[in-house]
Amino acid sequence: MEPIVEHSGGVIGASWLMIAFPLASAAILLLGGRRTNAWGHLLGVFAPVASFVVAVMCFLQPSGRYDVGLYDFIPGVAKVGLLIDPLSITFALLITGVGSLIHIYSIGYMAHDPERRRFFAYLNLFVAAMLLLVLADNYLVLFLGWEGVGLASYLLIGFWQFKPTAATAAKKAFVVNRVGDFGFLVGLFTIFATFGTFAFGPVFDNAAKASNGTLTAIGIMLLIGACGKSAQLPLQSWLLDAMEGPTPVSALIHAATMVTAGVYLVVRSGAAFFPEGATASLIVTIVGVATLLAGAIIGTAKDDIKKALAGSTMSQIGYMMLAAGLGPAGYAFAIAHLLTHGFFKADLFLGAGSVMHAMKDEVNMRRYGALRALMPVTFITFFIGYLAIIGFPLLSGYFTKDGIIETAMDSNAILGWLAVIGAGITGFYMSRVVFMTFFGSKRWADDVHPHESPSVMTWPLIILSIGSIFLGGYLILSNRLMVYLGPAVGLPEALPQFHPFSPTGLATLALVALGAAIAWVRYGSAEVPQVAPRGSFLTTFARRDLYGDALNEALLMRPGQWLTRLAVWFDNKGVDGVVNGLAAGIGGSSGRLRRIQTGFVRSYALSIFVGAAVLVGAWYVVGNL
Amino acid sequence: MELYVPILVLAVLAAGFAVFSVGIAPFTGPKRWNRAKLDAYECGIEPTPQPIGGGRFPLKYMITAMLFIVFDIEIIFLYPWAVTFDKLGVFGLVEMVLFIVTVLVAYAYVWRRRGLDWD
Amino acid sequence: MTDTITAPTIEYLLLSPLLVVFGAAIVGVLVEAFAPRYLRAAFQVPLTLLSLVAAFALVIFVVVKDGVPNKAAAMGAVAADGPALFIWGTILLLAFVSVLLIGDDFVPSAVAVPGSVEEERAVSEGAAHTEVYPLVLFAVGGMLLFAASNDLLVMFVALEVMSLPLYMLCGLARRRRLLSQEAAMKYFLLGAFSSAFFLYGTALLYGYAGSIDLSKISTSLSSVGGQDSLLFIGAAVLGVGLFFKIGAVPFQMWKPDVYQGAPTPITALMASGTLVAAFGALLRVFWVALGNLEWDWSPVVWAVAILTMVVGAILAITQTDIKRMLAYSSIAHAGFILTAVVATAGAKQNSLALSGILFYLVAYGLTTVGAFGVVTMVRDPGGEAWHLSRWAGLGKRSPKLAMVLAFFLLAMAGIPLTSGFFAKYAVFSAAVSGGAVALVVVGVVASAIAAFFYVRVIVLMFFSDPAADGPSIVMPIATRGVVGFAALATVVLGVFPQPVLDLASKAAQSLFVR
Repeated sequence: MEPIVEHSGGVIGASWLMIAFPLASAAILLLGGRRTNAWGHLLGVFAPVASFVVAVMCFLQPSGRYDVGLYDFIPGVAKVGLLIDPLSITFALLITGVGSLIHIYSIGYMAHDPERRRFFAYLNLFVAAMLLLVLADNYLVLFLGWEGVGLASYLLIGFWQFKPTAATAAKKAFVVNRVGDFGFLVGLFTIFATFGTFAFGPVFDNAAKASNGTLTAIGIMLLIGACGKSAQLPLQSWLLDAMEGPTPVSALIHAATMVTAGVYLVVRSGAAFFPEGATASLIVTIVGVATLLAGAIIGTAKDDIKKALAGSTMSQIGYMMLAAGLGPAGYAFAIAHLLTHGFFKADLFLGAGSVMHAMKDEVNMRRYGALRALMPVTFITFFIGYLAIIGFPLLSGYFTKDGIIETAMDSNAILGWLAVIGAGITGFYMSRVVFMTFFGSKRWADDVHPHESPSVMTWPLIILSIGSIFLGGYLILSNRLMVYLGPAVGLPEALPQFHPFSPTGLATLALVALGAAIAWVRYGSAEVPQVAPRGSFLTTFARRDLYGDALNEALLMRPGQWLTRLAVWFDNKGVDGVVNGLAAGIGGSSGRLRRIQTGFVRSYALSIFVGAAVLVGAWYVVGNL
Repeated sequence: MELYVPILVLAVLAAGFAVFSVGIAPFTGPKRWNRAKLDAYECGIEPTPQPIGGGRFPLKYMITAMLFIVFDIEIIFLYPWAVTFDKLGVFGLVEMVLFIVTVLVAYAYVWRRRGLDWD
Repeated sequence: MTDTITAPTIEYLLLSPLLVVFGAAIVGVLVEAFAPRYLRAAFQVPLTLLSLVAAFALVIFVVVKDGVPNKAAAMGAVAADGPALFIWGTILLLAFVSVLLIGDDFVPSAVAVPGSVEEERAVSEGAAHTEVYPLVLFAVGGMLLFAASNDLLVMFVALEVMSLPLYMLCGLARRRRLLSQEAAMKYFLLGAFSSAFFLYGTALLYGYAGSIDLSKISTSLSSVGGQDSLLFIGAAVLGVGLFFKIGAVPFQMWKPDVYQGAPTPITALMASGTLVAAFGALLRVFWVALGNLEWDWSPVVWAVAILTMVVGAILAITQTDIKRMLAYSSIAHAGFILTAVVATAGAKQNSLALSGILFYLVAYGLTTVGAFGVVTMVRDPGGEAWHLSRWAGLGKRSPKLAMVLAFFLLAMAGIPLTSGFFAKYAVFSAAVSGGAVALVVVGVVASAIAAFFYVRVIVLMFFSDPAADGPSIVMPIATRGVVGFAALATVVLGVFPQPVLDLASKAAQSLFVR
């Protein structure tokens, strides 16, 4: 890894503009109120595009690790600065690039929503916070961004707050993220206690000096934070409910960018807290594998198109986590998969949004069918995204997911085979989504008249699908991304070679094909019932999100309630007694002291006189000691 | 410290005398009230009749008194300068003119605001 | 007796901010004398504001031209050093925004008995006391001089020049005349009383040192022997005069009554400008004149600081009047600043503590002006709505205003991301590094108590239902500007404190001229 150097001036020095544009736009839109309704969405689109331009300009600068100090927040303790290095630039390009496309798409998607301006304000706020998160040069500012995206996510999930389900989902996301954030905070405190600073540079440089136990503890705490934000087991339950938000939100926040923040955190801290072979890294890989399987299984049983895609997101982030736990060999694949996933998942979500737009916001796939002729652009782009995610040869997902599986296989055969199985299930559930939506017979209600979406929505789809085709190959072949990221995250000892027909790759392809075939038999060629059949125990298991909510309720909520009741009891009887006593004491003394303030100037003068006498006396005594 | 001992002794004596006189009076003095005794003490002469409503002086007296003080102080400042004005030279002259002008501003204010009129 | 008297030299440029303010005040009196009534306000307001701006520009000009000066100007009577210039800038800024608050809060005719025929006539004639403006300028000039005076007599004169106009201004409130007059009377009597203490202390110190010059008193501490009683009594009595001005316990009694009764813009000026000036003078006396006596006065100031913080915070809890509450809060804040006054130990530590105090004064001054500005906006039919019960539910009635006030209160409580946080951080960290840990512990406890009553107001505003006949909100453009500016400054100093912290530490670098 290269050392971080101080930098100011030039294009890099102006990198703060990236954050400033969307932040200013959000402020204008929120403070301007209804006055900005007419042009608010245009400003909202302009901001991320401008940020994207800045990001590209930073990207074109000579590669290096630059620390751009903005100002001292608390002198000697906390500085606010940006770290511009290949890793953060890569993220910034993804966030602003895909973000811009989704903003453009939203113009069309939210066209009939009276609150469109507020929607764009929140989206801008999100982009600003997310950029702050990935560009921060220390954990404290990163945490600021972390909380910022949490807030934006909360606001956007609950954007249609008149729907009780949306309000509840927003609350749930917030609460579950609190759990993760608490872990993150403890990690932050430990970092500060250990290293005396939050800055990445000194922390990474001195990590070797800290004890193993401390490093593992910090690693696990950061991982808990990452689990919350990235919907990894055991904090995954909020993501499916988060689909209550408008679809562009699901695409941008709950698929392409925010949920990958956990992966970013692990990769960024990798050298210090998640070195290859360490306990913390092992836990990361286990969490990743467990989540990729769990997410895939959930995806198989959902009839709600967005929830099926959400399960898929969980699963794909599980892949990234898995890779991120594998050390420098895995980082590049984690990030590469993150980038391609950003494209094809955004493509899929926006495609789903386009379908919903056409179907009067119907989300149940059992009410879809045979849409491919009516919505050709949506169908083709969606299909490309589908091929990319299942790893169809030569498309993006093929290169990046295969890289993760190969690396995992090299590290540990069990992890590798579980990842292969996950790929097979992916083949099944994604095929199911495509077949149920675009193939088969039409099952929609009589008053629905599907139509292609306006071009402001289809163009982003086209661009995203082009990315879904080529990006993976571009990043992986001749190790372009790995070499580019090398200075920021480190390189493995030997660069991996890409084998088009490795045994693992072939096995993966075979399983994917099998999964797709089963899906065709069940949902493509056969008639899909409009009401979900009861299904076996396994189907119910998957439909109920693997009993995640029930588990949460049994393990956390009920004991939590008991605990809070106990705490409230103790608080009422014990703590409040003390506190109220104290407060009463202070209040009482206040009341008594108040009587001295008689309002008579003579008594004030007397008090001054007595005070002076005491002062003289005290001074005299002290002076003569 | 010895320097202050006589002062201290005097202070104690004075205080003691005052306390003694006031304290002993109720016990030894005859108690015969009359109207004159209950009146405010004004150097033995008849008390000045008060305006109706009692106990208030017109503000005019105050204003006149304050104006007097201002010009009184001006004169006090002029004396030392008058003694040494040739030694202080131009600087002293300029400063004094500035001082007088400043006081004149106050005078002008009082005059324009009819502070000099009696009614 | 010598035959020659050398004419004194005066550094006009260094003193130019003072001269501009006093000059404008005198011109203001002339305007009062000669301009017709309907033109007076049109003259006075721009004159006052322009002179304050010009003085501020001159302060900057002096620094830019020759760097931070460090000398005693006017034959050693007035100090022109980093802290003095910083305090001048602060006072001028605070005075400027306070003057902008001055609206229709003043009585048309002060001499008229409240409710009398004369008063009615004055109202019907549209009379207005535009003397307010020259009086404010005189007070501001006194503040400038008070904070920069380098000998005790000049300091006393400055004290009087500052105080006398304020006594008068306190009695000029348009509404609640009796309360206002009572406040003015109390302030005058007690102020005169404390001035006497100050003068008495000056005399005793002169008796001890043979000089009224602060630096000569300092050098005499080591050369004069056997007169310790004079020194101790003199210093303590002088201290009483200064503690009175900052409102330290047990000399704080005047503050709630006066802050409540005075017209709110004047309260804002007193709570910000006078406090700044008084701390400037206090520091000069304790650090320059009595600097070598530190071991003797620091336990006393410790005790005063603790009492001030605790009493201020505790008494604020039971207040039901927002102006009185802010007054007690001002007392507590004076205590917080005192913690850094005792944190002396060597030049480096001193400049650390001094820069903390300077930052505190700027931050607190602006927040306070903003808070009083909000107070002027919330009106009942009979004047400003002071009683806290009238503020219930303001968050629903006027959310923006309530949020701004809540923000000021949080800043006073010292919540991070507000200027108050860094101000407290600066003085407390200076106190800790100066070894006054126990004092800081008391300070933090007092802050916690104080936070209670600040938050109580916020709760009242946002979580109570508004009364049916709640107060109305009056928003003159200037007041809105002042409140907005204060809020902005409170945010900026809370998020980007560095420039002002740098400025303060640069000003504090050379400490006070000796």
